Amino acid sequence: MITRNVVKKNYYSDSVTLMLLSSKIGKMAGVKEAAVMMATDHNKELLTRSGLLLPEGRTATPNDMIIAVTAEDEKSAEAVLQAVEEYFAEEGKSQAGSDEEMVTTKTQATALRLLPGANLALISVPGRYAAHEARKALDNNLHVFLFSDNVTLEEEKELKEKAAAKGLLMMGPDCGTAIINGVGLGFANAVKRGSIGLVAAAGTGLQEVTCLIDKLGGGISQALGTGGRDVKAAIGGSMMLMGLRALAADPATRVIVLISKPPEEAVLDRLTEAIKAIDKPVVTCFLGARVDVAGEKVYPVRTLQEAALKAVELSGMAADRAASYFMSDNLLQQTAAAEAARFGGQQKYLRGLYSGGTLCSEAIFLLEPLLGSVYSNVALDPEYLLPDPETSKGHTLIDMGEDYFTDGRPHPMIDPGYRVERLRREALDPETAVILLDVLIGYGSHADPAGALVPAIREAKEAAAAAGRYLSVVASVCGTPADPQGLEQQEEKLREAGVIVMPSNAQASLLAAAIITSCASTR
Amino acid sequence: MSSPNDLFNQPLAVINIGLKIFAEALQAQAVPCVHVDWRPPAGGNPDLLAVLARLNS
Repeated sequence: MITRNVVKKNYYSDSVTLMLLSSKIGKMAGVKEAAVMMATDHNKELLTRSGLLLPEGRTATPNDMIIAVTAEDEKSAEAVLQAVEEYFAEEGKSQAGSDEEMVTTKTQATALRLLPGANLALISVPGRYAAHEARKALDNNLHVFLFSDNVTLEEEKELKEKAAAKGLLMMGPDCGTAIINGVGLGFANAVKRGSIGLVAAAGTGLQEVTCLIDKLGGGISQALGTGGRDVKAAIGGSMMLMGLRALAADPATRVIVLISKPPEEAVLDRLTEAIKAIDKPVVTCFLGARVDVAGEKVYPVRTLQEAALKAVELSGMAADRAASYFMSDNLLQQTAAAEAARFGGQQKYLRGLYSGGTLCSEAIFLLEPLLGSVYSNVALDPEYLLPDPETSKGHTLIDMGEDYFTDGRPHPMIDPGYRVERLRREALDPETAVILLDVLIGYGSHADPAGALVPAIREAKEAAAAAGRYLSVVASVCGTPADPQGLEQQEEKLREAGVIVMPSNAQASLLAAAIITSCASTR
Repeated sequence: MSSPNDLFNQPLAVINIGLKIFAEALQAQAVPCVHVDWRPPAGGNPDLLAVLARLNS
């Protein structure tokens, strides 16, 4: 084995670009491990842990880029270094060639001069610099969508107070999704416009509900994100309250949906008060808890699917027409029994591998009462918190977008590589019966997530068959026909690989549970 | 004083600061957008940054 480090002085590229590049070079012939990173202290620590950092890399500064590789031989290492150089040379060329299409500049101030009608800033710089950029944007009277995480609670509070005083939206930090005037920001889907307005402290929750509304024939007026910490007492639900008031005053919005993890009590009181003052139906979905907000026009629901169904009903669609989109209970049970009949003797566990955090929470919430114990890296109950996120235990649901998995690695919505690896591992476990997956498409997501999963699914099913087992794979695709990846195309790819594709994450979870319980009852 | 409701009545025009994938997504949706090819201020040097922050305040 040979390890090489090359330091590119004063060379910068964003973390997503570098993580995707790292993932690509890591798969080259003869390569054991490889990474391209900005030489921040944290990244150097990550490189040290994987044995990739040499003394020459240690001297690099945060303004430098490190290319690090461990390979079987000099030739393989050299090929990686060359591939990285070629990548940046190519990127330089394509940037120079696409100037006409994408106007690019160096500072926010110049950008404002180039786009005098700008009304929103989408900020995704590293966390420690994010508040500074957001502050500048608010000073320039821009509404803000702040994707960056690792912003302190104090900074969030300050930014939200500043925004509120100016009547500006401050969506985030850690805001994954919004749809404003039909435009998707961050990770969002191409949904039809309509009369349902949403405000959510849960990124993939907002994606699932807007997509289900679209699939059920409804449409979206506005979908606002707040960032997950907005409902903490320290922030006081500031953006959630502003969003509710804006949707209440918006003539295009006839029904409002609120999605969040259970807020802290003081925040819930403020939200309840605001909701009661709204003269429009409000559907409330506090995932993971039964929080009943009293009020004549308030409709508390428990899951993302119920939120979408209730919203389209309230917007005027016949309930039975909307409900017919989902699989009937009868068919679900029959499908489960047919799958369960094919298992080998030892197979009994469900393993869910999620890229969407809120989708994972919805699945945990639905499965716990059905399966008894469900272990997870994001379990609320410490008893069911996995001691090691890399190792499943009993029935396990993993949120692979959680910080542990995304430290130095791309989010699974952008690059499914590590999820594919985990899927292979889970399939080798003779006790695994069902694999449960979410597939998120839309703007910002991987160009073909189903296509990336399918080879591993096929291999896993074949390996299980060769060992006298049957591996059941259940999935749902969060997306719409108008998304760049295409909903039908993604679903079809999964079906061709033998995956049972369900209409929603909730139904995928329920089917997975029914397969497990049906299997247990026939033994 | 601005308001989110004013924004709901205007065509969106976005300044994207940071990840290029989001500017590309806006471009795919035909939204007017300027991309800021962001670099860490002070070359990412924490000591220099602290000095700059003091000067700015």
